[in-house]
Amino acid sequence: MAKVFARPESLVDMQSHYCPGCTHGIIHRLIAEVMDELKFADRAIGVAPVGCAVLGYMYFACDMHQAAHGRAPAVATGIKRVVPDGVVFTYQGDGDLASIGCAEIVHAAARGENITTIFVNNGIYGMTGGQMAPTTLPGDKTSTSPYGRDTHKQGFPIRVAEMLATLDGPAYIARVSVHSVPNIVRARRAIKKAFEYQIAGKGFTLVEVLSTCPTNWGLTPLEALDKVAKDMLPYYPLGEYKDIESGAGAKK
Amino acid sequence: MSERVLMKGNEAIAEAAIQAGCRFFFGYPITPQNELPEYMSRRMPQVEGTFLQAESEVAAINMVYGAAGAGARVMTSSSSPGISLKQEGISYLAGAELPAVIVNIVRGGPGLGSIQPSQGAYFQAVKGGGHGDYRLLVLAPANLQEAVDLVTEAFDLADLYRNPVLILGDGLLGQMMEPVEFRKLPSRELPPKTWATTGMRHHPHKNIINSLVLDAPGLEKHILHLQEKYARMNLHEQRAKSLHCADAEVVIVAYGSTARIAKTAVMSLRQSGLKVGLFRPVTLWPFPVNTLSELVPKVKAFLTVEMNAGQMVEDVKLAVNGARPVHFYGRMGGMVPTPEEISSECVRVLGGVR
Repeated sequence: MAKVFARPESLVDMQSHYCPGCTHGIIHRLIAEVMDELKFADRAIGVAPVGCAVLGYMYFACDMHQAAHGRAPAVATGIKRVVPDGVVFTYQGDGDLASIGCAEIVHAAARGENITTIFVNNGIYGMTGGQMAPTTLPGDKTSTSPYGRDTHKQGFPIRVAEMLATLDGPAYIARVSVHSVPNIVRARRAIKKAFEYQIAGKGFTLVEVLSTCPTNWGLTPLEALDKVAKDMLPYYPLGEYKDIESGAGAKK
Repeated sequence: MSERVLMKGNEAIAEAAIQAGCRFFFGYPITPQNELPEYMSRRMPQVEGTFLQAESEVAAINMVYGAAGAGARVMTSSSSPGISLKQEGISYLAGAELPAVIVNIVRGGPGLGSIQPSQGAYFQAVKGGGHGDYRLLVLAPANLQEAVDLVTEAFDLADLYRNPVLILGDGLLGQMMEPVEFRKLPSRELPPKTWATTGMRHHPHKNIINSLVLDAPGLEKHILHLQEKYARMNLHEQRAKSLHCADAEVVIVAYGSTARIAKTAVMSLRQSGLKVGLFRPVTLWPFPVNTLSELVPKVKAFLTVEMNAGQMVEDVKLAVNGARPVHFYGRMGGMVPTPEEISSECVRVLGGVR
């Protein structure tokens, strides 16, 4: 009987700590599938963030660093400069990347640092218990915006992909989602392209992945997927915001 | 390079790092250490090394964390406010047991303080600075030749102990010019960096650079392992220099630039027939308790002189342990003590012990 589905070799065979229904598992799998397909696990060096994916260093079957909150792009820069033929990636959440780590991601992108960032945006701090994130949607209730995010007092969500696409350094910036099978397929394609660009030495690549947090959103996994489609997609449109090959997002 | 060359302190420190095989430097501008990254930006491309001006001190120390984890000899430099920003990364380096060399050309504080020389960062350097139970090996040169020698050795010490090493200078050392010679050190047996994250093509199992240990017994075990390492450093690395201490009634304790000024004071007091000596810690952590406590029975009193409000004096008191009076004289905020000030303070202490 032919085997049609298996755990990617680049994903360590162990139980993860992620909550039921959380889409981190899907995103981990997509990265591992791409590592298998492009055969770079033996020269991959990943950087795990602070947040829900803090234990990510255990799950990928490659060399890993754990980084301080928000600093993964700086850590990845240090690694890549020492191991230029390595395939270096960061895996970061929205609190890590879009709040405390804003300076590091902006400047890694501006330098065109030849690394890949997988940016998981679920609009909330999951690990610390559901606080408001820089990407929390206006009106959404969290444990630190119990009356709903009030943009007069708490400002507006940051659209990271669009912001970074204004820079000249990045080679590829895309936003994808994993709330449905067609979107998962597209997400995999974007992640693969990002790593291909890094391997070809094209420069900085980032894939923002819209993700869920059923636990802290107070929704079932299915309701959480619906919320991505209904609430997040209108604020965070999917697409390729920069691609130096196709000219997408190039300055007019 | 073996002839003596006239160099500025910041540049001599940078060249010493290059000579020691450092090929990665991540920095951020701050006075009075700017000549160090500037020198690195010129020199690194000549030796196929990497100089990168980071977006902040925070980013720079995290680039050091990445480069050190990948197995490189790596350095960063800054001055007091910038070192404060690096403390998070330094704590991570210590926790993950990564070798790196950090240079602090200390200026006045607290806050933005001043750009003049100071020793106000002693506590930060030797008592932790960042969070958690960790220690840095802290080396305090008093002249540029010693700075060059210590920086050269610092990379070996960092690799030997898998621990960050801090060079604690000050604005005087960074800005002064002196002749220096870059000497080859006797080669040491250093452990291979089998833990470095260079990709699994280079090692059979995945390597992880990490300071997170979520289970309490596990973290306690890790901290005990670190303490055992610090105990070895304490046993083997205490260093100090003594001058005229054999028959001294009063011994001045001072480090770095201040020790040089104190030396002038000691020489002039000796010419007046006063029995004064100088004890100069070269390692601030581990503090040279062993050699200092040997002086205690022979000496009537100690005078600690620092460019701060009294920081190292606490370690002198711990070493002397109440057996003799320990006096303190300090200047602050970028004010540098004169030999005359130190001499008259010494005479006052001497008067009290006679």
